[in-house]
Amino acid sequence: MALLAIEDFSVSYGKAEAVRSVSVEVEKGRIATVIGPNGAGKTSLLNAAIGLLPASGRVIYDGEDISRLDVEQRVEMGFCLVPERRELFGEMSVEDNLRLGAYSHRRAHAQNKRSLDEIYDRFPRLMERRRQAAGTLSGGERQMLALGRALMARPKLLMLDEPSLGLAPLITREILATLPSLCENGVSILLVEQNARAALETADFGYVMETGDIVRSGPADALIHDPMLITTYLGGHG
Amino acid sequence: MTADIAAILAVDGIATGAIYVLIALGFVLIFAVTRVIFVPFGDIAAFTALTVAALELKQVPGTVGLVAALAVLATLVEVVSLLRARSPGRIPKALVFYLVLPLAAAGAVWLTAGHALPMALRIVLSLVLILPVAPLLDRIVYRPIADASVLLLLTVSMALHFALVGLGLLFFGPEGVRTETLTDATFEFGSVFVPGQTVMIVGAALLFSALLYLFFEFTLTGKALHATAINRTGARLMGIRPERAGTIAYLLGSLLAGVSGILIAPVNTIFYDSGFLIGLKAFVGAIIGGLVSFPVTALGSVLVGLLESFASFQSSAYKEVIVFSILIPVLLWRSYTTVHSEEDTEE
Amino acid sequence: MSPRTLRLVAIAAVVLIAAAPFLLQPFTITLMNYIGVFALIALGLVLLTGIGGMVSFGQTAFMGIAAYSTAWVSAIMGYSPWAGLVLAIVLSGAVAAALGAITLKLQGHFLSISTVAWGIAIYFTFGNIEGLGRNSGIASIPPISVGTVALVDSNQIYYLIWAMLIGAMWLAHNMLDSRVGRAMRALRGGNSMVESLGVDAFRIRLATFVIAAILAGLSGWLYTHLGRFISPVEFDVTRGIEYLMMAMVGGAGYLAGAVVGSGLITLLKNAVQDYLPLIAPGSAGQLEIVVYSAIFILFLQRARNGIVPYIAALLPDVVHERPAEAEPLPRRTQPAPGKVLLEVEAAQKRFGGLAAVNNVSFEVMSGEILGLIGPNGAGKSTMFNLVTGAMPLSAGKVTFDGRDITRARQRKIAEAGVARTFQHVKLRPNMTLLDNVLLGTYARTKAGFFSGALGLDAAEEKRARYEAMRQLERVGLGDKPFELAGNLPLGNQRVLEIARALAADPVLLVLDEPAAGLRKQEKAALSALLKSLREEHLTILLVEHDMEFVMGLVDRIVVMEFGTKLCEGDPASVRADARVQEAYLGGVV
Repeated sequence: MALLAIEDFSVSYGKAEAVRSVSVEVEKGRIATVIGPNGAGKTSLLNAAIGLLPASGRVIYDGEDISRLDVEQRVEMGFCLVPERRELFGEMSVEDNLRLGAYSHRRAHAQNKRSLDEIYDRFPRLMERRRQAAGTLSGGERQMLALGRALMARPKLLMLDEPSLGLAPLITREILATLPSLCENGVSILLVEQNARAALETADFGYVMETGDIVRSGPADALIHDPMLITTYLGGHG
Repeated sequence: MTADIAAILAVDGIATGAIYVLIALGFVLIFAVTRVIFVPFGDIAAFTALTVAALELKQVPGTVGLVAALAVLATLVEVVSLLRARSPGRIPKALVFYLVLPLAAAGAVWLTAGHALPMALRIVLSLVLILPVAPLLDRIVYRPIADASVLLLLTVSMALHFALVGLGLLFFGPEGVRTETLTDATFEFGSVFVPGQTVMIVGAALLFSALLYLFFEFTLTGKALHATAINRTGARLMGIRPERAGTIAYLLGSLLAGVSGILIAPVNTIFYDSGFLIGLKAFVGAIIGGLVSFPVTALGSVLVGLLESFASFQSSAYKEVIVFSILIPVLLWRSYTTVHSEEDTEE
Repeated sequence: MSPRTLRLVAIAAVVLIAAAPFLLQPFTITLMNYIGVFALIALGLVLLTGIGGMVSFGQTAFMGIAAYSTAWVSAIMGYSPWAGLVLAIVLSGAVAAALGAITLKLQGHFLSISTVAWGIAIYFTFGNIEGLGRNSGIASIPPISVGTVALVDSNQIYYLIWAMLIGAMWLAHNMLDSRVGRAMRALRGGNSMVESLGVDAFRIRLATFVIAAILAGLSGWLYTHLGRFISPVEFDVTRGIEYLMMAMVGGAGYLAGAVVGSGLITLLKNAVQDYLPLIAPGSAGQLEIVVYSAIFILFLQRARNGIVPYIAALLPDVVHERPAEAEPLPRRTQPAPGKVLLEVEAAQKRFGGLAAVNNVSFEVMSGEILGLIGPNGAGKSTMFNLVTGAMPLSAGKVTFDGRDITRARQRKIAEAGVARTFQHVKLRPNMTLLDNVLLGTYARTKAGFFSGALGLDAAEEKRARYEAMRQLERVGLGDKPFELAGNLPLGNQRVLEIARALAADPVLLVLDEPAAGLRKQEKAALSALLKSLREEHLTILLVEHDMEFVMGLVDRIVVMEFGTKLCEGDPASVRADARVQEAYLGGVV
């Protein structure tokens, strides 16, 4: 059974529909990805799934309909989002950012300490900069911090919105490379990316979104060789 | 103006300024967390002063009725919204918070009001009673429009202030009060005598500034409040409820307003409507701090106190004109140093 | 409802108002007088708050300045109230101009806070001036005389008040439908879009502020000679918020909101004064303000747009006439193709320590379509903001058509012939498609506040409307010109921005992601449109992510990555460039 099932989902701004009746699933312990150009509605889809935007349709998480719950309740259930804009607490230190990540179970002091050590092990760069204000970090470090902060909540399902945004390809790879190891630790992932190839190389299953609709879906290794995708992403016949 | 007079004016100004510090810190606290410019702050300070005065006279303070009325109203609003959200399971907790606790505070004061109470107890009772006022107002007035623009929230704040002034007259009557001094001691610094009251005011301002600093720097709740202020969406994604952060901010704000009301009551005669001008002057201090920085706010508030003190010596009739005129250059300076995001402006 | 029925309804309303003194009780007429007086100050607040987006709590200060001016002239100096009117208008307008010049640079709530500050400062000033009766005010103010008739009776002054109100409403209505009025309506929602069309936003704000103050002054003049006694209390901030409440309860976005709000609140006040003593004897006076405030808060919570939109929804829609054919607006001559039109030399933009654009140089030749591409966060939109003057450069130089525009204001660059669209669409969702496009003609037309208000701009307006209609048709949105822009799907909103930019008759069109959110056929149509513009020698600079769209359209491409220029060339060579493939696909293909 899927850990997350987004069913018949529509998101509108006024009368403009950003997402039209989309359905997306994430299997337990797997990585699913939604790729597509700017303005396709990918970010709206994730923001509505976590409850930041109103939407019609259903979100089934771990067998339960959570469509009516608010964002904070979803987060407390282990359903987390690393948003496109990162939404870090810029004036606060890296360590404070991470510690706030565990706010949803703030009484579990010992376990939070362990999580913090794990994050520092995973991203030694954050350890080096733990006293520095989050706003002074470089793009790649910010993305690490955003990911680390979400992991502090010990999520069961993690949604990542464009982790490659503004990052050099090498750093993108470094960050995407950590995802499969998260899955081994029992985290399921929904990855939204514009960098189609990198995303499909990382994911198990892919969806292609264009102007609010899912226009294609399938196993990631099949999509990666789809000639239509190659055309859309580089133009012509490159 | 001789040096002696200047020294006396300075002491006076610092004492007034210290009161403004307390209120201004509350302004910054609440604005940072909720984006609400809580104009009725001064009113709450004035109501606290009136409460202490009533207890001194062994009368039931009007605050008892006010808190009870607000509690009932807030409970109604909360229960209706919970029923609409189809989460009746959360009603018992809401009843405790919005009805039982405020009514318990009101009840305690109502039962003890007729007796001769020691000063410390009068002060504690007044603070306990005033504490729920801001959170209740938040629930009734601001929570339903939490997503509105700062401008709309400000307009609502202005309207709320006038409602409170009317309620103040209704519950407290038109008489002005001045409470017993907290201490009669005086200290001598060189040739200047400083009343103990002034020392207490400055001490309280320092103490509460320090406590706020410790709260934000060393507790996770404080950091969560700060986080909500910096990035609301980010905070929500961490499971931090902005409403809850708001309630804590309003509670702290009530406390600060209460303390300043208690400290000012022995020095100035307070009427039901004295709060507005006190609040507005403190607000000038908060604006100097850009509604963001606690230390600059504290400095700015002391500056306003000094300015007021010297202005009233020079021309007492125009002291208000002078104090409020200073706000315009301050706003201009602030406006140029603050980066505005286009996306924030209302369509 | 056709415009003709609308005119008939308006005439019927005026006739009814004129007949009122013969039909109603004298007391009701007195109420009507106050409704009219308050509606004037509320009308100013509608223009300021609902239309211009500036909330003033200090409007009573202008009412007070006017009131004290005329009281001083007539009661103390013994001249005619008409002389008082002149001083009242001049003084309230001049004080507003001075205060506005200082404070209107303030944004949003900072501005509103400043209105509280000067509102209070001016109020305290009234109470402290010896010659103006200090806190006890000025009594025995003479009535206004028309010819030899003194308007003492409420039936008499009634006609003066309502004639002035109707006149003011008519002028305001004309003005809002004119060139500057549209700019005024576009102020809400930020300056960058209006400035990009050549509008001096500050000037429009200042004018709006002065107009609102003069309306408050007019109201203060009538108020003074209606009640014939004034004191500072009548002009304090409490009253200020009452007038704001009238405007917002009535409907701050609508001229009629001023009258509806003033009527409602005045009648309510009257009812409250009648009935509250029955409910709560002894404390009625205190409860009054509580009741108003509570009602105001409820309105702000539940019906921020006031009552008028609810009434308007019940009435039949007004049928608009499509703009008729007219002589086209004058056009610019496009530069000969193949010249360097825009030259960017070593442009730099730093935000703190971060270089968003670092040492980028490129040229745009006239008559070509140049594509600027690169991964998200490469600095393309920042580059656009530098070229159009929306942001100042940290270093470097930009030349347009032989002119150095490095330090030029956005508005001047727009006037020079650069028109743009925005990555995050900047339209006015509550204005019609036609009005949104008409905004684009601002720099090509001239009508000012007076000609707009008096309707002297009809010929130019006709030409501008025809031009806007033509551009709407050209981009394929000509079928519903009176639809609200906010009702369009996102993709079409982008296309509407293009129509607005075209209405400015630009030399260089700067498009930020024009195809985002469009479907396949819509993209093809857009591509065809841009190609036809190139046929007309229009130069186009665009940022776009859809490579298929870019490759099939542009003449040359500049690729940016991490704030620097990666390479440039024709589509085929750029596509073959290994660095570009690395940047886009994140690895070897």
